[in-house]
Amino acid sequence: MLEVTGVETFYGNIQALRGVDVSIQQGEIVTLIGANGAGKSTLLMTICGNPRAASGRIAFEERDITTLPTYEIVRLGIAQSPEGRRIFPRMTVLENLQIGATIAEETYYEEDVQRVFKLFPLLCERQHQRGGTLSGGEQQMLAIGRALMSRPKLLLLDEPSLGLAPRLVAQIFEVIKEINESEGVTIFLVEQNAYHALRLAHRAYVMANGNILLTGTGQELLENDEIRAAYLEGGARKTDVGQSGNA
Amino acid sequence: MTDIIARPLAGTRPFRLQGALKEAGLAAFVMFALSLALIAVRVEDVPGGLAIRWRPFDVIAAVVLVFLGRLGLAFLRNNRPAPVALASGLFSAVMALLLIVFVSGGGGVSWAQSLLPFSGFVVNVLVLIISLVLTLRAGLMWRRGERADAGTGVGDTMDRLAASVQGVAVYVIPVLLVAAIIFPFLPFADRRILDIAILVVTYVMLGWGLNIVVGLAGLLDLGYVAFYAVGAYAYALLATEMGIGFWLCLPFAGAMAALAGVLLGFPVLRLRGDYLAIVTLGFGEMIRIILLNWYEVTNGPDGISGIPRPTFFGLPFVRSPPEGVESFHSFFGLTYAPVDRIIFLYYVILAMALITNQFTLRIRKLPVGRAWEALREDETASRSLGINPRNTKLTAFGIGAMFGGFAGSFFATRQGFISPESFTFIESAVILAIVVLGGMGSQIGVVLAAVLLIGLPEMFRELQEFRMLAFGAAMVLIMIWRPRGLLAHREPTIRLFEKGAGKR
Repeated sequence: MLEVTGVETFYGNIQALRGVDVSIQQGEIVTLIGANGAGKSTLLMTICGNPRAASGRIAFEERDITTLPTYEIVRLGIAQSPEGRRIFPRMTVLENLQIGATIAEETYYEEDVQRVFKLFPLLCERQHQRGGTLSGGEQQMLAIGRALMSRPKLLLLDEPSLGLAPRLVAQIFEVIKEINESEGVTIFLVEQNAYHALRLAHRAYVMANGNILLTGTGQELLENDEIRAAYLEGGARKTDVGQSGNA
Repeated sequence: MTDIIARPLAGTRPFRLQGALKEAGLAAFVMFALSLALIAVRVEDVPGGLAIRWRPFDVIAAVVLVFLGRLGLAFLRNNRPAPVALASGLFSAVMALLLIVFVSGGGGVSWAQSLLPFSGFVVNVLVLIISLVLTLRAGLMWRRGERADAGTGVGDTMDRLAASVQGVAVYVIPVLLVAAIIFPFLPFADRRILDIAILVVTYVMLGWGLNIVVGLAGLLDLGYVAFYAVGAYAYALLATEMGIGFWLCLPFAGAMAALAGVLLGFPVLRLRGDYLAIVTLGFGEMIRIILLNWYEVTNGPDGISGIPRPTFFGLPFVRSPPEGVESFHSFFGLTYAPVDRIIFLYYVILAMALITNQFTLRIRKLPVGRAWEALREDETASRSLGINPRNTKLTAFGIGAMFGGFAGSFFATRQGFISPESFTFIESAVILAIVVLGGMGSQIGVVLAAVLLIGLPEMFRELQEFRMLAFGAAMVLIMIWRPRGLLAHREPTIRLFEKGAGKR
């Protein structure tokens, strides 16, 4: 469904991606884990065309999208819940969802809103509240819900667990699973919370310094000693510290 | 008096009179320094040249009043409202009495004038108003016996006021609308008042038009007057060169302005924030300079005169119409009155402004309007949701410019004469100030700000050269108390349930 081949991305002179290859099949949950600054978010953003890949090729459903503008890429059926959520703070929950539905057909609107409210009942309660007054977890739900409103085939999630309470993290991952299973949406999940992400994912990539280091099924990587040492045991504590710092 | 001072309200920190005196003294000194230049010396025209007149008493009055006022505020801040309420109440009463004697005329005028602190009448009224406000605050605080924190107290009150204004908007708006419609027939609405009203409504319309660009789409446009100018010149040239009437020209002038907006938009919309503002500022000046120098078409600095007046479905407003044309008053069997035309102009601009308003309110609920707001909030996020930022911004620029163009052609037909001088940067600044002071995106805030910024300065022409000073002071005060605008409150565009059905 999504083929990323040899993609390199630069921020000015700094190379963030050094020839990344990622492949995602229809119906999968694929996760990308790695430390801060590994280039995970950059890969997601490059897929959406902002920043643009300096070299390499990105294809979605056999179609080359490497040079398309962001809003065209999105129209093909890729939705993103961006890093830092980026909901519209002065607009209500419902308005946020409505903007999410910009590219969807209008006939689906009512149905889609109800679908999102079913996934996140809290959003239904707060539908007339301004986005900026929601808690971090609610904003994350809103960001995911907003992305779903465009009826995407592929959903890109950038650190949905960032800055959330542990109970909420479990809940968010539960919902991600549900979106994948009952709605049939393919999911590409970028996470620092490696344990949760690997348990959820069908397949996973590990990234460091702009390169893909390892790939395998979620289970394989969970049992991989190197991964355990770097991201799960010692690393788990480290990422927790990072999370509270970001929150 | 002393025992009132000595008896503070419950739960206050100790009050240091010395500190309060020092603070008031400092304020008085600042006032003194300012008044040396502003009040003390006045250059007057006398036969045979200019003369300098000293006004020492005005300076003394100003310094003393500032000292007392600041002392009063210090008392309030330290929770001792009683002496302030009594003193400022007494002062207000005396001031009011003197002013009444002064206005009523007769024998008391001269001694009232000698007792009033300032020589200008309006300044005295302002002093009375400030003193009344102080009395009111002190009185309320005394009664409630609670601590009203200087800054936040006012802010909270205004916030609540703004929210309630918008809450009761359902009732307020029809009342305002009816007031606006019957306005020309009210007894006090003479020609001068009507002219001011037309000016205010023109700026309301410009404010609403610019609000689309600045308030909704969040694009800071410092050159809005350019579109106003394009509309005005489009109508003026079409009418004088080709003899096309106002109503036929109106859509064309709007289209021309929209085209100018889109033309400007194409190269500059990749810029953001400050950079966009600078380029639009330059564009505004460019249009003015083109109008000034393209002599063959625009007649340069001489402007275009003899622009035809609008007609009422072909009926002109003249006493003796040319052969074969019936005029408005004879068609309706009225006696000719020159004010008819003014009333008609008032209704034309009122209708145009209301159309602008309705258009904005409706388009906010359409996908394009929502896309504008989304772009204002977060451009990157909007793009990732499939909004095409370039086209969306262009529509905002074009539509905003179109309404500027409509207002421009109205301006041309009302004045009968236009020249590039009417379209200087200060016009853009005033329109932007109306939008920002009213609260970005707030429709009724624009009305309030236009009345404050356009109507009041016209009413207070008596203040003469202090008019602009008062204007500046009012802006500073609004920015201190209402940094996000007078009525900054964004009304949601959609609700699944009716208002009040769910909890807030």
